[in-house]
Amino acid sequence: MMQRIKPFDHLILIIGALFLIAPVVMAFMSSTHSAIDIHSNGLYFTPGSDAVGTYGKVLTHRGGFTGDVTGMRMLMNSMIMGLGFAVGKIVLSMMAAYALVYFRFRFATLLFWMIFTTLLLPLEVRIMPSYQVMSTLGLLNSYTGLIVPLLASATGTFFFRQFFRSIPDEMLEAARIDGAGPYKFFIDILVPLSRTMMAAIFIIMFIYGWNQYLWPLLMTTDESFYTLMRGIKSILQVWIGSQIPDYNEAFALAVLAMIPPVAVVVIFQRMFIKGLTESDK
Amino acid sequence: MTDSPLRTTLPNGALLSRLRAWYSADTPNPAKRVQFDRPLTPWLFLLPQLAVVVIFFYWPSVQAVTSSFYIEDPFGFGSTFVGTENYTDALTSSQYASTAMFTAFFCVMVTGLSLGIGLLLAVKADKVIRGAATYKTLLISVYAIAPPVAGLIGMMFFDMHIGPLTDLAAFFGHDLRVGINYWDTAFALITISVWKQIPYNFIFFLSGLQSVPVSVREAALIDAQSGWRRFCDVTLPLLAPTAFFLLVINITYAMFDTFPIIDVVVKDKPANNPITLVYKVYLDGFKGNDIGGSSAQSVILMVVVAALTVLQFRFLERRVHYG
Repeated sequence: MMQRIKPFDHLILIIGALFLIAPVVMAFMSSTHSAIDIHSNGLYFTPGSDAVGTYGKVLTHRGGFTGDVTGMRMLMNSMIMGLGFAVGKIVLSMMAAYALVYFRFRFATLLFWMIFTTLLLPLEVRIMPSYQVMSTLGLLNSYTGLIVPLLASATGTFFFRQFFRSIPDEMLEAARIDGAGPYKFFIDILVPLSRTMMAAIFIIMFIYGWNQYLWPLLMTTDESFYTLMRGIKSILQVWIGSQIPDYNEAFALAVLAMIPPVAVVVIFQRMFIKGLTESDK
Repeated sequence: MTDSPLRTTLPNGALLSRLRAWYSADTPNPAKRVQFDRPLTPWLFLLPQLAVVVIFFYWPSVQAVTSSFYIEDPFGFGSTFVGTENYTDALTSSQYASTAMFTAFFCVMVTGLSLGIGLLLAVKADKVIRGAATYKTLLISVYAIAPPVAGLIGMMFFDMHIGPLTDLAAFFGHDLRVGINYWDTAFALITISVWKQIPYNFIFFLSGLQSVPVSVREAALIDAQSGWRRFCDVTLPLLAPTAFFLLVINITYAMFDTFPIIDVVVKDKPANNPITLVYKVYLDGFKGNDIGGSSAQSVILMVVVAALTVLQFRFLERRVHYG
C-alpha cells in the first residue's frame, strides 16, 4: 500500500483509544484507593495502596453490601451463568441445526419457522410474562431458571445452520457409503469439523451470559444466586443515604465483573472477531 | 453469511398449499442434496431446542398478548376483560408520548454517534501500519464490558461530587446535575451508551474495510488523489451493506440493550429523568403492578422490533449481492 500516513491519523486513533480505555483504567486505579481519598480527591490515574484490603473485603466479606453473599459467590455464579449459557447454547443449537439441515422429515418447514421466529423478539419486550411463566414453573432462584430461558433465542441455531450448509455434500455421501448412521455422522464427523466454529461461538456466548443483567435481576431474590451484575445493582441501592459511599468497593466490583470477559476478548481476539462478524450476533 | 433465514421458500398461492408445504417433507429447496430419511431421529435432535422455545418464548409471548386485553386486580382477585383499553390508554397518555419521543431521540443520537465514531476509527485503523494491532486491541476490549458495568463507571464519572466530567462541565461554566436535571441525565445516558457501542461498530467496519480487495484499493488510489474523495466514492459504497446491517443492530441496541445503563443511572426513580420505552414497560409492570398496561406496551414494542428485524433481514439479503 503506497498510502501516505499522516500523524493526524495516529492522533485520532490515540484520542479514540483514550476515550475508550481511560474510564476503565481510572476505574481500576481508583479501586486501589480508599473511599475517603476518592471522596475528597476524586478519581485517580495512579495506583494506591489499598488494593489488597478492598479486593479482599469485596471477595470474602459477608454482608459487606448485599447482606449475606460474598464476592466470591457472585463470581462463581457469574461463571456458572457464562459457562452454562455458552455450553447449553452450543449443544442445543448444534443439534437443532443438524436436524434442520441433514434430515428430510414432515413439518420441517414449520419447525424451521417456529425456531427462527424467536430471532424477532428480544427478551426485554416479553419480560413481564416471562417472569410470570417462571414463577408458575417454580424456577425462580435456580440456575435452571437463570440459564435455560435465555437459550430460547435461535442465534446459535442460525449460525450452525449456515455453517452446516457450507459443508460439502460429499462429506455425507462418503460417510453413508462407509455405513455411518445419523448419530455416528454427527459425533464423528460434524462435531470435529465444527471445532473452530464452536470455539468462536463459545466466546461470544460466554460474554453474553456473563454480562446478563435484567434476567438475573428478576429471577433471583435469594442472594446465594446473585451474579456480579446483580451485585452491582445492590451496591448502588445501599448507597442511597450513606455519608461516604463505598466508591472503592463499587469500582473493585466493576473491575471483577469486567476482567473475565475482557480477558477472553483480548486473548482470543482473532477467534472472537471471526465469531462475531460471521454469526452476525 | 450466505443467505437469510427469512427468505421465503414457500410457493405463492392459497393457504391450503402453504399448509401442505408445511406438512410435507418436500422442502422446495432442501438444505442438502443428500439427506437422511428417517421419520423420528430429527425430532430427537430438535426436541431440546423446541421445548425451550415453546416454554420460554411462545408461552410468554402469547401471555403478553392475552394479558394486554385485561386489567388485573392489584390484590390478585382475578382480572377483567377490557378490550383494547390498555392500548388506547398507553397510546393516548402524554407520559407515553414523551417517553416515545425521548426513545426516538435517544436512538438517533446513540446510533448516529456510535456509528460515526466507529467508522472514523475503523478507517484510520485500517490505514496505519505501525501500532495497528495495539490500537485494535485497545479499541475492541471495551466490547466485553457489560452495560451495567459501563453504567456504574459512567455514573462515577458524572457523579456530582467526585465525577471528573462534572468538574469539566463546571470549568466551562455548566452545572452538570445528572439524575436531577432531565437533559443532563440524557447527556450522561447517551455518552455512556455510545462509549459502550463504539467497539462493536469498529469491529464490523474494520472487518468490512479489510475485506476490500487490494486491487480495488490500488485502483482507487490511482483514480482519486484526495483521501476524502476516495472515501466518498469508493470506501463508503463498499461499506454500505455493513452500515445498513449495523444501523438496525444499533437501533435495537439503543432501544433494548441500554436497559442496564438506564437502570444503573436512573435507579428505579424516573422522577424527572428521561427513560426509554422498554424501561417504562419494566417500571409499569414490576414497580407499578400495572400488568395489563405493561403487556400492551410490550406488544406495541414487539411490533416495532419485528418490523425492524424484517428490515434487517431484507438488508442482509441485499448484503449478499453486494458482497
